[in-house]
Amino acid sequence: MSELQSIEKMISIKIDGVEYQAKEGEYILNAARANNIFIPAICYLTRCSPTLACRICLVEADGKQVYSCNSKVKEGMEITIDTPNILQERRAIMEVYDVNHPLQCGVCDKSGACELQNYTLELKVDSQSYAIPDTTREVKNWSSVLHYDPGLCIVCERCATVCKDIVGDAAIDTAKRGGAELDKNYKETMPKDAYAMWNKLQKSVIAPTNGTEFTNCSDCGECIAVCPVGALTSRDFVYKSNAWELKRIPAVSAHSSDGFQIYYEVKHTSIADREEKIYRVTNEWNYVSLDGAARFAYDFENRGVSKNKTAFDATIEAFQKAKTIRFNSVITNEEALMLQTLKEKKGIKLYNLEVRAFQKFLRYYQNASGRSLYTTDNDEIMKQSDFVIAVGVSLRNDAPGMKYAFNNVQKLNKGAGLYFHTIEDTLVSGFGKSVESFVHKVGLEEAVFYLILDLFADKTKLPQALKSYIDSFKTSQTKIIQEKVDKTIKEMVKDEKTGEEKEVTKKVKETIEKQITVERNGLLELLGGDSEKFAESFKKMVNKKEHFSMMVGEDLYYHPKAENIAKLIALIEATTSIDVVMNPPKANALGVALICDLDDEASGYTIGYNELGDFRLSALGDGDLDMPAMNQQEGTFTTLSKRVVPTNAALSYDGYELGDIVKVLIDAPSQTIEWTAMLPEEKGYRAVEFDSLPNEYFNDGSENRGYLLDETSMEVALPEVSQIDMSSVLEGEIVYRCNPARQFSDFTDKSHEIFEPFGLYASEAKVATLGEKVEVVFGEKSIVLDVIVDHKMKGEIMKLSDFKYAQNVYELFAESRYKNVTIKKV
Amino acid sequence: MSLEQFKNRQTGTQNYILLDLEHAPKTSMEQFKRVIKRGVSLELFVGLGVTFKAMVKALFAKEMHTTKYPFEKLPISPRYRAIHDMLRLLESGNYRCIGCGLCEKICISNCISMDTRYDENQRKEVSEYTINFGRCIFCGYCAEVCPELAIVHGGRYETASEQRASYSLFEDMLTPIDKLSLQQEYDGFGAISPNADENIKKTPLAY
Repeated sequence: MSELQSIEKMISIKIDGVEYQAKEGEYILNAARANNIFIPAICYLTRCSPTLACRICLVEADGKQVYSCNSKVKEGMEITIDTPNILQERRAIMEVYDVNHPLQCGVCDKSGACELQNYTLELKVDSQSYAIPDTTREVKNWSSVLHYDPGLCIVCERCATVCKDIVGDAAIDTAKRGGAELDKNYKETMPKDAYAMWNKLQKSVIAPTNGTEFTNCSDCGECIAVCPVGALTSRDFVYKSNAWELKRIPAVSAHSSDGFQIYYEVKHTSIADREEKIYRVTNEWNYVSLDGAARFAYDFENRGVSKNKTAFDATIEAFQKAKTIRFNSVITNEEALMLQTLKEKKGIKLYNLEVRAFQKFLRYYQNASGRSLYTTDNDEIMKQSDFVIAVGVSLRNDAPGMKYAFNNVQKLNKGAGLYFHTIEDTLVSGFGKSVESFVHKVGLEEAVFYLILDLFADKTKLPQALKSYIDSFKTSQTKIIQEKVDKTIKEMVKDEKTGEEKEVTKKVKETIEKQITVERNGLLELLGGDSEKFAESFKKMVNKKEHFSMMVGEDLYYHPKAENIAKLIALIEATTSIDVVMNPPKANALGVALICDLDDEASGYTIGYNELGDFRLSALGDGDLDMPAMNQQEGTFTTLSKRVVPTNAALSYDGYELGDIVKVLIDAPSQTIEWTAMLPEEKGYRAVEFDSLPNEYFNDGSENRGYLLDETSMEVALPEVSQIDMSSVLEGEIVYRCNPARQFSDFTDKSHEIFEPFGLYASEAKVATLGEKVEVVFGEKSIVLDVIVDHKMKGEIMKLSDFKYAQNVYELFAESRYKNVTIKKV
Repeated sequence: MSLEQFKNRQTGTQNYILLDLEHAPKTSMEQFKRVIKRGVSLELFVGLGVTFKAMVKALFAKEMHTTKYPFEKLPISPRYRAIHDMLRLLESGNYRCIGCGLCEKICISNCISMDTRYDENQRKEVSEYTINFGRCIFCGYCAEVCPELAIVHGGRYETASEQRASYSLFEDMLTPIDKLSLQQEYDGFGAISPNADENIKKTPLAY
């Protein structure tokens, strides 16, 4: 919990004779960056482990030459950035990087934003002293989005590092290149580090880890973002535009609830068409990592819209008679507030299937814990957590930010993790050696929380009844095991020559039977674990761990016993040192949950905003009145990190906005952003004008975007929880409402760089039994779907996409996320 | 920015050379004297003599000084900056432009625009290229920045046309393929200096 968070100790160091403050245990490079001091470095990525590929970050610390990216600051350390020897090394390293680097800056996409260009100039490399025969390296397309030109690659390994340490896919790594051997003379004549760097560089190239020509990854494109040169680019962007032509517009990703900061990069469409278009999305890759939807789903704008007065009048008429507004979570806080105001003043019901369950869950949690919001967030987890538990969230599909944090904890914080889910995910279990995956039956989530209480809770704080309930699962069993024991036998041996008797000791292996007591934990076994093995591995997992955190997700919001689960979470927070983060289902779900007062039922004449309805407002261009898409409007989002962040309009929009409609209906401000300061303060929002919201990251990596929601907490009694309800367990043919990674809504689907189809995703084995197309029957309703293989899942449960509003999948599933269905072959 | 340069008000320190000219007449008597002196010295006929000599040369010695524009044009300096030419590679006939976009970037009147794409041969192809000559101020920056000597200023200084579009397309500026042998190397703005070789630092080769 927050009070347990250690306050970072500051120490003082001297860089080039000037005294600075630095966090204890921080790398020299990061400490320098936090103090706005420049140390050249190519291969280092903040939030990733140092690779030592470039060796250019050499500095002198207390008289010794060290790599600033992997040596930590010490109290009173004196650091010199440039010494004659280091300058010589750096210059040699840059010369080596320039050896055989194709002189095609003129056409390279990275030109102008290229770190190789920048450092060559920075270190004033104006001549070349080294040479080696070049190797032919073919340009490759690794996936539907990744384009790799190994000729340009400087093998800094940043792509491989980010893929392993943050994204978790570990889809690419260095491979053998088969280049010429370095000239022997260089070893004596060259600076030492430059030679070592070159020796490695000359042998390597980057390649997919699965041994094929193609990556089998989530196509997030983070490798593209971190590439310092033009070696890795998006296939769509190759040779389309120079970096300097593009105007960068800071915004927020409109798809997952992480609210990643992104920059839309815009330029005119072509010579003939001067209307601006988004060419790509970039990010501050040192501080935020995007998922595939944030990076590649950007061209979902509603183009060519003008003010259609007749349609507008019809809209006003529709609103006058409307009883319900149906909408989803792809909406700004301001728009949500407009709808809420309509509800208050006009009595229109608000119907939102994506958010309703989450809102209820959040309220249950608020009542049980006395807190207004959950206690941690993904960035916090990445920074300090070393033990992370995920329950009821399909990390790979629902929550890219959580997936990154879960993985990063394993890789960087020497952490451990427990992953509880109904579907086995081969990727998550491979995040680290200390990750234990539990594949449990659908509906057993309550048991998971009881197990967590058992494993982590301070038993003195638990009520007696609860303690005995947990203990009732425990049984001891005596078991006879066979063990080999060394036994020492003394023997009298007669020496044949002398006839003397001597005592000789001998060691003999003997198998004995031993009776031991085995503690069996029924909870663990209920969840598919093995008591004996787990007890041992768990001991190793928690060893020396300090900061525990838990991620919970959408499965729980739709659980039949959601209220009890929310109470269990509150109980866990109260009795253990575990901090909790919840994954709001999509986009601005947290904002909608806080601002809107949603209804359970829709009735009467319904207006659908990007959803089904009798009268449709749509940013997809298929409704009765056009609306601006998220990249065409400004406003704020409430992110998973409990932060209110501003987003700007990347593209122009000439039609009507929601604000225009609301203005006619009720007394309201004329501009959408005037609503920003009116967001409800009792929910934690602040009366801050939109234009005064900052949107940046500082050099030390701290986030200065918008503001954090004000949180409140009250002292409440421990919640009373009920026992595990075995009746919610589902058996048989089960489908799970879950989108493929990169797909969140119709907006991601509309984007031309997102290719994941709508369908029924299943494991390889399951697909073999299903065939190509099936009809999934939900009681009376049914849906015909293509069957698609998800290579990273196992088991019998199938994932059914929900990102197309027209398919109305939410209504098929009603109030659950898992459904028993009948599958018919088509 | 330092304002020092504006604070120096010592304007009389330049190296002026005083010419030894006769003084202008001050009184009306002096003016009268000068008129008489110039009038009777018959300087008028000196000038007429020059014209007469030129006429005789033109009529009988075929030494004509008049250019019959527009049928004849004077050669212009390679440094003259007229309508742009797009040059081709002499060996292959391909156009030299690689689509780097530097001319587009440097253009101070923002009149150059290009579209590029990834072509079938994995190369950058310039799919569209235009210069808006209604805006171009013929500053020569584009020719100077071009790393390939692809865009240069040509000698077409007659910029009158029924339509601006007559000039602004890539194809109009490109050397016609059948006249490739007549393509002249450019000596003007941004061309390689005669001593370029001396300025290059050699890169070692391992072949």
